Amino acid sequence: MYFSKGVLDQSKQLRKKWEDNIRKIANKTPDQKARWSTVSDLEIKRLYTPEEIKNTNFESDIGYPGEFPFLRGNQPTGYRGKYWTFRMFAGMGSAADTNKRWHMLINSGQTGLSTAFDYPTLMGYDTDDPKARGECGKCGVAIDTLEDFLQLMDGIPMDQVTTSMTINPPASVLWAMYCAVAELRGIPLAKIGGTIQNDMLKEFIAQKTFMCPPEPSVKLIGDTVEFGTRHVPMWNTISISGYHIREAGATAVQELAFTLRDGMEYVESVIAQKGLDVDDFAPRLSFFFNSHIDFFEEICKLRAARRIWAKVMRDRYQAKNPRSMWMRFHTQTAGCSLTAQQPYNNVVRTALEALAAVLGGTQSLHTNSLDEVLCLPSDHAVEIALRTQQIIAEETGAANTMDPLAGSYFVESLTNEIEEKAWEYIHKIDEMGGMIDAIEKGFPQMEIADAAYQFQRQIDAGEKIMVGMNKYVTDDEQKIPLLDIDDAVEQDQIKRLNAVRRKRNHRAVTKSLKDLKMCCKKGDNVMPFCIEAVKNYASVQEICDVYRDVYGEYRDPGLY
Amino acid sequence: MTERKIRIMVAKPGLDGHDRGARVLARCFRDAGFEVIYTGCHQTPEQIAVSAIQEDVDLVGLSCLSGAHRYLFPRVVELLKEKEAEDICVIGGGIIPEQDFEMLYHSGIKAIFTPGAHLDDIVDWVRQNVEPK
Repeated sequence: MYFSKGVLDQSKQLRKKWEDNIRKIANKTPDQKARWSTVSDLEIKRLYTPEEIKNTNFESDIGYPGEFPFLRGNQPTGYRGKYWTFRMFAGMGSAADTNKRWHMLINSGQTGLSTAFDYPTLMGYDTDDPKARGECGKCGVAIDTLEDFLQLMDGIPMDQVTTSMTINPPASVLWAMYCAVAELRGIPLAKIGGTIQNDMLKEFIAQKTFMCPPEPSVKLIGDTVEFGTRHVPMWNTISISGYHIREAGATAVQELAFTLRDGMEYVESVIAQKGLDVDDFAPRLSFFFNSHIDFFEEICKLRAARRIWAKVMRDRYQAKNPRSMWMRFHTQTAGCSLTAQQPYNNVVRTALEALAAVLGGTQSLHTNSLDEVLCLPSDHAVEIALRTQQIIAEETGAANTMDPLAGSYFVESLTNEIEEKAWEYIHKIDEMGGMIDAIEKGFPQMEIADAAYQFQRQIDAGEKIMVGMNKYVTDDEQKIPLLDIDDAVEQDQIKRLNAVRRKRNHRAVTKSLKDLKMCCKKGDNVMPFCIEAVKNYASVQEICDVYRDVYGEYRDPGLY
Repeated sequence: MTERKIRIMVAKPGLDGHDRGARVLARCFRDAGFEVIYTGCHQTPEQIAVSAIQEDVDLVGLSCLSGAHRYLFPRVVELLKEKEAEDICVIGGGIIPEQDFEMLYHSGIKAIFTPGAHLDDIVDWVRQNVEPK
C-alpha cells in the first residue's frame, strides 16, 4: 500500500468536508461545463487524493529509475548523463537539397538526423513511374538509387551521428543503401547507428503506406531484425510507432494499446520465424510516440508505456536482460494539434507538447515547425522548433531531476487508468488472434475512425476547443512565408535516374535482382541480396517490384 | 418515386496515405443523407475518373495532403472532360496553400476546403451547389 491507513482515513474525512463546500459554492457559481475531459475524451475528476492511488504498491508499481517496472525511466541517471537526442525530421526536394538542410541543422546544434522521404520512395516507386507523377520531393527527399543516397550522406560523419529513416515497405532497400555507403567509406557495419521505422502493422492501421500484404511484410521485418542482430548491433531495426495511429485520430489509450500490441506481434514473429532468443534482439526494438496537446494525459501515457512494456517483456516473453524490458522511444509533437489559422500559436503548442514529452522521459524528440500544417518547414520555422527543445533542455530546469511528476495523486492515478484501459484493448486483440487478425477484421482501423469522427464533431460543436480555429477567431490573417517545392525537381530527378540507368553495369543489376528473387522465393534473409543489388545501382522500384512480384500487393480496403 | 439522393465519391489520388480527413468526410456525407463511395488510398487520376463515371456520381471530393495536388486535381477534371463527364462536380481538400487556389479553380475545381473547415459548411456547400441527376 502506498499510504498508511492513518493518511487514508484523514484524507477520507477531509474529502467529506471539501465535498460539502463544493456543493455550497456550486449553487452560487456553477462549473463552466458539466464534463471535464482530456483531448482523448477521458473524463477527469475535480480533485485527486491519496484515495485514488491507495492500491498502488510503491515497489512493484512505481519503484526507482533503472529498475523494474521502469516507470520512472530506463536509465538510473536520467538526463544528467545525456539530454534526449534533438532529432528533427527533415527531407525535401532532391538529395542535395536535403543534405543542405541537414548540415544547417547540425550546425544549429541538432544531435541526430531523421530522414523524411517523398511518397514515391516511401511506396517503393521510382520517380518516373506513372503512379509517382506530381509527388517527387514534395513531402520528403526523392531517392531512386545509391547515387542519390551518396549525395544525401555527403559530409555526414556516419560513425559519429545516428540517423533515423522513416521508411516502411522499402525499409530493407533504404537500409541496404545506408549500409552500402558505410561499406564504401570503409566504416564497419558494427560502428553505424540509427533507426529504420520498418513498422508495417501501423501502416495497415493508420499511415497507409503499404506494398505487400501483412504476413510477408512482417517476414521482411524479421529479416532486418535478424540481420541487425548479427551484423549491425547498434541499429534499431524497428521503431514501433504510435505517432501515425494518433495522427489518424486515435485516442491516447488507443495509440498506446495498438502500438504495444504491434510490438508484441513483432516479438512473437521474430522468435517463431528466426529462432532468435528474445534477449538477442529485443534490446534493439525502439518505439515512437506522439505528444499531443493534453499535457498530463501525454505524460501519463509515456509513463504507462514503459511499465506495460517491462511487464510484457518479463512476463509474456520471459526476457531476462533488463535492456529487453526497456521501452526506448522517440517522440514527435502532434501535427494534428496545429492550426492553419493564427499559425504563430503553433510555437506555443509545440513547446508545451515537447515539455510533456520530456517530463514523460523521451529519449529523442522532434518538435514540429509552426508552418507544418501548411507546407514543409521553412529554414526559419525549423530553427525556432529546434531552439524550443534547446530552451527546454538548457533553461527550464525540466531535465534537472527524473520523472518529476511521480507521486502526484493525479499523475499516478491517470497513469494507472491509462494502463488499465490499454490492457483491455491488448486483451481484446489477443482474443482476436493477434494484431494481424485484428487488422484483417478492420478492428483498429474502425476504432480510430470512430474516435476521429467523434473528435471532429466535438470540434464543430465547440465542445473541444482549438484556439484560433473554433474560438478566439480573428479575420486578421497572419501571413507566413511558405516553402514551395518546385515542380521542376521532378524533371531533374528523372534525368538523374536515367543517367544512372545508362552508366550502370546492366548484367550485374539483372543478376542481383534475379538472386534477390530466388532468395525471396526460398524464404531466405533478403538483406545481403538487397545490399548487393543497391551497390549495383538497382533502383528502389526495381527491388520493390521483386517483392511485389513474389509476395503480392496489398490494396487499401477503404474502411470509414 | 423517391427523390434521388446526391451521390458522392470521396477519393484519395496519388500515393498520399493521410486519410483522416477523407474518412471523416465520407462518414459525415453519409450521416448527412448522401450516398457515399470511398475509394481508399492510392488511386490514380485515371482510376478515379473511370470509377466516378461507372458509379454515376454527382460529385467527386479529392483529398491530398502530400503536396501533389497541383498535378493530381486538374488531371482528374481533365480526364472527366475527355470522357465527356464534365457534369460531375469536382472539389478538393487537404493541405493546399492559398497561392495554389487560383490555378486549381482555373483548372475546374469548384471548391477547396482546408484545415479548419466545418463539416456542416461542407455539407451546406454540397446541398447548394450539387443537383442529383
